[in-house]
Amino acid sequence: MNNKVQNNRAWLLVLPMLVLVAFSAIIPLMTVVNYSVQDVLGPNARFFTGTEWFTTMLNDPNLQAAFGRQVLFSLTILAIQIPLGIGIALLMPKKGWQASAVLILITMPLLVPWNVVGSIWQIFTRGDIGLMGWSLGEIGINYNITRNAGDAWFTIILMDVWHWTPLVAMLCYSGLRSIPEAYYQAARIDRASKWAVFRYIQLPKLINVLVIAVLLRFMHSFMIYAEPFVLTGGGPGSSTTFLTQSLATMAIGQQDLGPSAAFSIIYFLVILLVSWIFYTTIMHMQKDKNSQGGA
Amino acid sequence: MTYHIEKTQQGEKYNTIFSSITSAERRKRTSRSRLKKRILLGTYIVLLMLPIYWLLNMSLQTNSEILGSMTLWPQNVTLDNYIGIFSNPSWYMGYVNSIMYVAMNMVITMLVALPAAYAFSRYKFIGDKHLFFWLLTNLMAPPAVFLLPYFQLYYSVGLFDTHIAVALAHCLFNIPLAIWILEGFMSSVPKEIDETAYIDGYSFPKFFIKIFIPMISSGIGVVLFFLFMFSWVELLLARTLTATDAQPIGMIMTRTSTASGIDWGTLAAAGMLTIIPGVLVVYFVRNHIAKGFALGRT
Amino acid sequence: MSWMVWTLPTAIFFSSIAAMLAGMTVWELRSPSIERKGFLPISTTRGDRLFISLLSAAFIHLGVVGFTAFPILLASAISVIWLFIMMRWG
Repeated sequence: MNNKVQNNRAWLLVLPMLVLVAFSAIIPLMTVVNYSVQDVLGPNARFFTGTEWFTTMLNDPNLQAAFGRQVLFSLTILAIQIPLGIGIALLMPKKGWQASAVLILITMPLLVPWNVVGSIWQIFTRGDIGLMGWSLGEIGINYNITRNAGDAWFTIILMDVWHWTPLVAMLCYSGLRSIPEAYYQAARIDRASKWAVFRYIQLPKLINVLVIAVLLRFMHSFMIYAEPFVLTGGGPGSSTTFLTQSLATMAIGQQDLGPSAAFSIIYFLVILLVSWIFYTTIMHMQKDKNSQGGA
Repeated sequence: MTYHIEKTQQGEKYNTIFSSITSAERRKRTSRSRLKKRILLGTYIVLLMLPIYWLLNMSLQTNSEILGSMTLWPQNVTLDNYIGIFSNPSWYMGYVNSIMYVAMNMVITMLVALPAAYAFSRYKFIGDKHLFFWLLTNLMAPPAVFLLPYFQLYYSVGLFDTHIAVALAHCLFNIPLAIWILEGFMSSVPKEIDETAYIDGYSFPKFFIKIFIPMISSGIGVVLFFLFMFSWVELLLARTLTATDAQPIGMIMTRTSTASGIDWGTLAAAGMLTIIPGVLVVYFVRNHIAKGFALGRT
Repeated sequence: MSWMVWTLPTAIFFSSIAAMLAGMTVWELRSPSIERKGFLPISTTRGDRLFISLLSAAFIHLGVVGFTAFPILLASAISVIWLFIMMRWG
């Protein structure tokens, strides 16, 4: 990291990538900004509205509620998935064929297309044909995700834990594997308790990957769309409608270009702020590590 | 069983360290905690597999059996649902379309991400940190934010409803991801290798292809896995940019719900078939994947 | 380009962003920035401070537009002052 050469010609290596990403990111973003200050009715019928859409969107009670739900959802799944992921990573075997087998099985949910995840859980939780819905019904629990908002929330969180805890577990597992065996041996000689081994050997090594895990999980949960859309369609009522779905409904369903563009920009700014905080944290952690290493 | 051999070897190692603790006591303690670990992990994996098992179970039943009575495994195993999918072009073309744009995306992303990641890992240049951050924001930002003008954008360049359109759109998050992971792998290759190669008279492209890429091949494998994964699972962009000719399988699956109800058997079979390519890919990179998950930084 | 529905204000906005980036690049080439620590808890370069100022300017504008009746020019004025404070002491 520290012995990089200053060379501005490196821009030439970055340029092709830049052109491609800019095509998919900057041009659309500029257009979104343009939409957001106008009322676009057609190619030749558009009116300048200034900041009106922003005012409307920021004060829209539905969107505020969706935002609240979104934050609640993201925090809940983080609170469940991070500890659970660490726990599973500690249980995973480190070598041999079992390690490969466990690895393949655990990564499986990550490779299911997101809408299929929704379908899987839709089938799984139905009262008539789903194993979970049917079993809960048999033992006398009244469980119905299309009627009861609490059940819908519970199922969506369960689905997300099922879907994404493997990612946290895999990240932690790879962090744990990088701890040299000698550390554990030293701990055994000191007769360190299991908790002490975790607290003073494993956790410090995990911090790096955990920050990445929290970042990825927060961001992905903040844009969750296909899974709840297929599973509950945002219902019952709008109890499980999250931000992306509100946006998609407005943009694709109702073709309200102006308001949804304003909403996109607000959404993007929030994401930008959170990513920046995380990025700065990660960079400073790396810097501290380098300076401690005496480099 | 390897399990026993491992245990005894470990037991012997302890004995040399702890002469005060009898080996029998030690062995009993480690084997008990090992068993507990196995059981916990086993339970988790069973729970993890249950929904997928249920999908498999349904995909092997006829609709009348699915709706008829609750059975924990198919009473009359039938492959009709799968046969139905493979004999209908409008169904199996969905898979072909998905695989095509995923493959295109992997190629494009790799071609541009490799040199860019090399630049980030080896050089300082003006704005490098900010550029890197901007890339990451594209990885983090919800695709929905950029979605509004996508139809217009791709329509105006004449790419709407083609595979390449979806492949390009997925570059939005796949290129940043690839650069992020590759940069980690590349930074762990000592810089002296580059310098020696240049002294030996290698040109940059020759060095890069002949020496450097083979050195990070496991990293490339892992990156390809991630590219596949994120392009394969994404639907919002893929759905917006296609109409008929390049429609992804995820979109075609919505056809199973008709006015007369949902065709559960076909839906389940189609779902099962979307899982298989992923499992194949993960099988090929299983030995390197752990390092890749730490983004090459362990 | 007509599908991008450009308007004068947004065109000015993006041009000024582009001009800022170009200006920062030239400035950086003339006299490279040194990382330093101001009143912010982290040490920053010139580019970092510009980014922080712009991002907070965006949120200042959103706050004023969304939740107060003040004219947007007030938000812009606060942002410019904030930009100056950041670049000088941040």
